[in-house]
Amino acid sequence: MQNLTYWQKNLRLIFRCLAIWFVVSYGFGLLLVEPLNSIRLGGYKLGFWFAQQGSIYVFCVLVFYYAWAMNKLDQEFDVKE
Amino acid sequence: MDLKTLTYIIVFGTFGLYFAIAWWARAASTSDFYAAGGGVGPIANGMAIGADWMSAASFISMAGLIAFLGYGGSVFLMGWTGGYVLLAMCLAPYLRKHGKFTVPEFIGDRYYSDTARIVAVVCLIIASVTYVIGQMKGVGVAFSRFLEVEYGIGLAIGMGVVWVYAVLGGMKGITYTQIAQYCVMIFAYTVPAVFISLHLTGNPLPQLGLGSTLADGSGVYLLDKLDQVVTDLGFKEYTTAVLGNDINMFAYTLSLMVGTAGLPHVIMRFFTVPSVKAARASAGYALVFIAALYTVAPAVGAMARLNLMTTIEPAPGENLAYEQRPQWFKDWEKTGLLVFEDKNNDGKIQYVADPDANEMVKVDRDIMVLANPAIANLPNWVIALVAAGGLAAALSTAAGLLLAISSAISHDLMKGVLTPDLSEKNELLAGRIVMTISILFAGYLGLNPPGFAAGTVALAFGLAASSIFPALMMGIFSRKISGKAAVWGMCAGIGVTMLYVFQHKGVMFIPGTSFLGDMEANWFFGISPNAFGIVGAIVNFATAFIVGRITGPAPAEIQAMVDNFREPGAAGGTQEPIPAHAH
Repeated sequence: MQNLTYWQKNLRLIFRCLAIWFVVSYGFGLLLVEPLNSIRLGGYKLGFWFAQQGSIYVFCVLVFYYAWAMNKLDQEFDVKE
Repeated sequence: MDLKTLTYIIVFGTFGLYFAIAWWARAASTSDFYAAGGGVGPIANGMAIGADWMSAASFISMAGLIAFLGYGGSVFLMGWTGGYVLLAMCLAPYLRKHGKFTVPEFIGDRYYSDTARIVAVVCLIIASVTYVIGQMKGVGVAFSRFLEVEYGIGLAIGMGVVWVYAVLGGMKGITYTQIAQYCVMIFAYTVPAVFISLHLTGNPLPQLGLGSTLADGSGVYLLDKLDQVVTDLGFKEYTTAVLGNDINMFAYTLSLMVGTAGLPHVIMRFFTVPSVKAARASAGYALVFIAALYTVAPAVGAMARLNLMTTIEPAPGENLAYEQRPQWFKDWEKTGLLVFEDKNNDGKIQYVADPDANEMVKVDRDIMVLANPAIANLPNWVIALVAAGGLAAALSTAAGLLLAISSAISHDLMKGVLTPDLSEKNELLAGRIVMTISILFAGYLGLNPPGFAAGTVALAFGLAASSIFPALMMGIFSRKISGKAAVWGMCAGIGVTMLYVFQHKGVMFIPGTSFLGDMEANWFFGISPNAFGIVGAIVNFATAFIVGRITGPAPAEIQAMVDNFREPGAAGGTQEPIPAHAH
């Protein structure tokens, strides 16, 4: 891991975030919606909840996580603006 | 105080606020005019992006769409928020690092070609003009319904308001006005939703209310009740109804996400923040501010649908007598957006899925948000607030779009290509003149909407998804992709998308000129024309890849430029936030 460049680390981070982005929206919200709908979250069917609520919350967390992780990476590589 | 007076006070009160802000935030330089001087903080920028992004369509139409599509409406919720994840990670930081004013300017620099820049300008103008027509119509409709002035006069007032703060303040004025507009909008959207959620479920948070039990003591979950009510009448089950088929929903969501990330009026907001760090953070704040409305919308939709159904048929088999219909029903009948026809002459209202027996001949989706406060018996000031919120949504988006259009013309076409020796003062003047012409043009189109107006918002997303987004992505993530490859890619992507839309919807949407017909049977894998942008994007990527292989890589200095904007502080040491004199 040590000899990866700033850009390579950024790419890995983006890839990890977009994997989660894909799983919660396209995975849980669309492709796996039927099996997930047999699980309930209060009055919500779980697949339906991911499609209309959950995926949006996860998107928000992902964007802030990315900003936080990149700030750390900026420090690690000592890139200043 | 009666509703009309109250509405006038609230709406013109908000206009006064916008004018005051515009005067305070006048633009003095081109940097102010195009990018608010590069000095907008991330939270403020996030709010401005939220207002810029959430148009009349988000505020008025989306909850209504979800109310009638149920689970199928999820494509809009995920599509219009998920695009910000792409924007935050794949585009915004690098575009900000490059530090120019407009999207075509970035494309022109990266692909070292005026042709690429002009192609991007054309894509931008088509996408933004089609979008702005919808906003202008929204302004006219909101005025004519709530303030009872004529559509044309309402439109003229709206144009005048936008003109004052957009021409005076440019991006700076628009940004600070949009912050105020966001507050008006979110307040106006949330207040009725909280009241309705409280009334139906006893839970004040609509996001939780949607998953709660009904407050009538039955212990039944709201969504289960809604599923049962709609299926009893022959409609598709609310929580599982798909839009078209599974592939269509997948493609639709992806097209909206990619289109969102490629819309120039949103991207150019990231040029207004002081640093790369602020660009990343402001994408996060923008998404939170957008999510504040987007997570409430499904609750508004479901609750409005339930309220509508139970008003018409309070208990199974007991239908509302037409003579006893409530006041809001009569009000909306006058507008022609709600139409009842007593087919079996029993004097009662039957609202069922079977078109032969259904007596609610027309229930316009757009009335759901606007009529919601009245259906739930909320006080008049809430109804007046919704009018001000709808206007804020339409005006803020129109201003952002108009700025994108006028900067593409004054900065990219005039200063960039046609008359490079334009002084900064003259460029600012040109920007203001072009902005005025754009507003008049948009107003004209709002007054005489072309026949294709209904299909155009979808086309705007398709165009952005198939042209601008792939060009930006490749420009950042590939060091080698060449100018020729990008130009061919953009043309191929746009071409395929437009061809597909035209062949199913008619050339320029003129009825009768579609050569394959608007039939699902002829759709490519059952993908509706609105969802086709993603296929255009794939064609764009593939074409650029092949042309790039044949014509060879970009020159070394361009590759060095890519390396430079990939890292916040790389090469050249300290960089000015945004040079006051670009070039």
